[in-house]
Amino acid sequence: MAIDQPIATRQVATTTSSRDTRRVITRGLIYATLIFMALLFLVPVYMTVVTSLKDREDTTLDTAWNLPTSPDLEKFEEAFDQLSGNLGNSFALVFVATIGSAVLGSMNGYVLSKWRIPGEKIIFPLILFGMFLPYQAILIPLFEFMSNLGLYGGIPGLILIHVVYGLPITTLIFRNFYIDIPDEMLEAAAIDGAGFWGLYTQIVFPLSLPGFVVVIIWQFTQIWNDFLFAIFMTTDANNPITVPLAELAGGEAVDYNLTMAGAIIAALPPLIVYIIAGRYFIRGLLAGSIKG
Amino acid sequence: MRSPKDRNIAILMILPSVILLAIFVYGFIFQTINTSLTDWGEATGGAALAENLERNYVGLDNYYNLMTDPMEFEFRTAMVNTFFFTILFVGGCVVMGVVLALLLDMNVRFEGVFRTIFLLPMSLSLVVTGTVWRWLFQPEGINRLPDLLFGLEPLEFRWMNSRERLLPFDWNDVPMYLTYLGVFILTILAFNFLMSRRWGAAGWAAGLGGVLLFAYGVGLWEQTIWPSLGFPEIKGYEVALTGIIIAAVWQMAGYVMAMFLAGIRGVPEELREAGRVDGCSEVGVYTRIVLPQLKPVALSAVIVLGHISLKIFDLVFAMAGRENFQTIVPGIQVYNAFSTNRFASASAIAVIMLVLVSLVIIPYLWTQLRSSE
Repeated sequence: MAIDQPIATRQVATTTSSRDTRRVITRGLIYATLIFMALLFLVPVYMTVVTSLKDREDTTLDTAWNLPTSPDLEKFEEAFDQLSGNLGNSFALVFVATIGSAVLGSMNGYVLSKWRIPGEKIIFPLILFGMFLPYQAILIPLFEFMSNLGLYGGIPGLILIHVVYGLPITTLIFRNFYIDIPDEMLEAAAIDGAGFWGLYTQIVFPLSLPGFVVVIIWQFTQIWNDFLFAIFMTTDANNPITVPLAELAGGEAVDYNLTMAGAIIAALPPLIVYIIAGRYFIRGLLAGSIKG
Repeated sequence: MRSPKDRNIAILMILPSVILLAIFVYGFIFQTINTSLTDWGEATGGAALAENLERNYVGLDNYYNLMTDPMEFEFRTAMVNTFFFTILFVGGCVVMGVVLALLLDMNVRFEGVFRTIFLLPMSLSLVVTGTVWRWLFQPEGINRLPDLLFGLEPLEFRWMNSRERLLPFDWNDVPMYLTYLGVFILTILAFNFLMSRRWGAAGWAAGLGGVLLFAYGVGLWEQTIWPSLGFPEIKGYEVALTGIIIAAVWQMAGYVMAMFLAGIRGVPEELREAGRVDGCSEVGVYTRIVLPQLKPVALSAVIVLGHISLKIFDLVFAMAGRENFQTIVPGIQVYNAFSTNRFASASAIAVIMLVLVSLVIIPYLWTQLRSSE
């Protein structure tokens, strides 16, 4: 499924001028509604940016919606000082866990789409269910398990967690991707003597690039944005960025200028990825509904 | 051709993932169910996990307590909140998403820009969304908009701090409402089957409706899954949820839009053309040809959103905190029980969440995988 294909232009035969006026009015209404909705969607963005550039005195009841009188990046510096350690944690986490779940997912997708293995009709749905699992239902045993391994509380443990619970979606995306590679290509190479690894390195992997892009972008945003595992499974100094951000917003006397600067810092990496590679992000998004 | 040796390598290569998921998903689910049948951490009112407390099996007591203990009213509020949250959130997203998709399908210029804007919230963390909307719902925020834009009185609404409750009902009456709802749906089904002369199906639907009514009549629900509290407990739609639902719709409406847009673009142009030849207007092409093709898309969207709403945690945590009784949801409750070391009841609530999600997801997975073969 792709939503950004050019649409075949649909032309309605226009014969009379009254039809023309009606058409102009309809078009006008469509654009007006779209622009109105777009502005509505951007209200929170506006308020966040404006607030982050102001001081407390500039954010009173009367002026909260106004543009800043003297915009400065002071709150960003303050937020960055507070959050830089957590940012580092998030980057380390996202980098390793994304690569890990992509590599394993690619292997699983290859095996499930191109090899007959016993019980695959049962294994595949059982893997997929993990995608929808409410993680609350595994948190306490997970906590014990990680504690026993000595992995509770730190980023390495959280990496393991994200790799494992990322497997269902990465496996699904790669499997659906590889299914489109014609079996004849593989059979031809097999006749030339390529084995399991030969088929993967010569045919499947070289065709995988778009699949890897979709999976890496998806996992990057999901892991970066995760809060549940972050707050349950890491201790203070090891928290990824979402945890201190929630704390910043949830305190008693909230400094909203600082909080909004923090929110922007936490939102920026996935936002940049989304704006640069939106179409791949959408493919990951749609893949979550199984058939893709 | 492909040798058995290579097949063994294939099995070997997928084995680590299968083992990891077997432990991390199914092994842990089993352990959680097991814990939910014990009194781990309950009697002491919470001691540290490391202290290796004694655990005794207590059967279904934890579940029974959640349903009957006057002190556990929070769990029941969480269930009611989940119900309303799911309906309004899914409904809001679908309406918003379908409208946006239809508008964007009208051959508009800058479609890419609009699409990017509507989908932008999807790339954000629910914690970021929650943080931002928490700010918007402060007195300086959204409440001031009518004043700033039109010079009207600012709103007085207190959003997440609101104490208002709409549609009040007694928790003990829920089995009655559910029974009537079930009977109502089954009656309509039976009637439809009758109209289309599917006598067997009509019989089944009518019979099932009768059984449901009978089971309720003899008090089966009260004796099994829905024991009576013995005192009235008034629940309803907590108005404090409204702001959280708005933020959630803002975040996820783009997902429905993307799903529908992909679905609409997947309807072959020839089909639309055929409709026009048959004399459909442009509106008719949508209502008679395009939209009926999108039923599977709609179902996927509703199920994915529905299960997200059953699991919701981050957004409520970031917007309302974890001690707001009005906006309590099961995900937050598990967190609270866990952090006070009440492992058994945390597990019981988690198992109930799992059952609810499974009721939606397992039939979905089953039909999806069967139809893709």
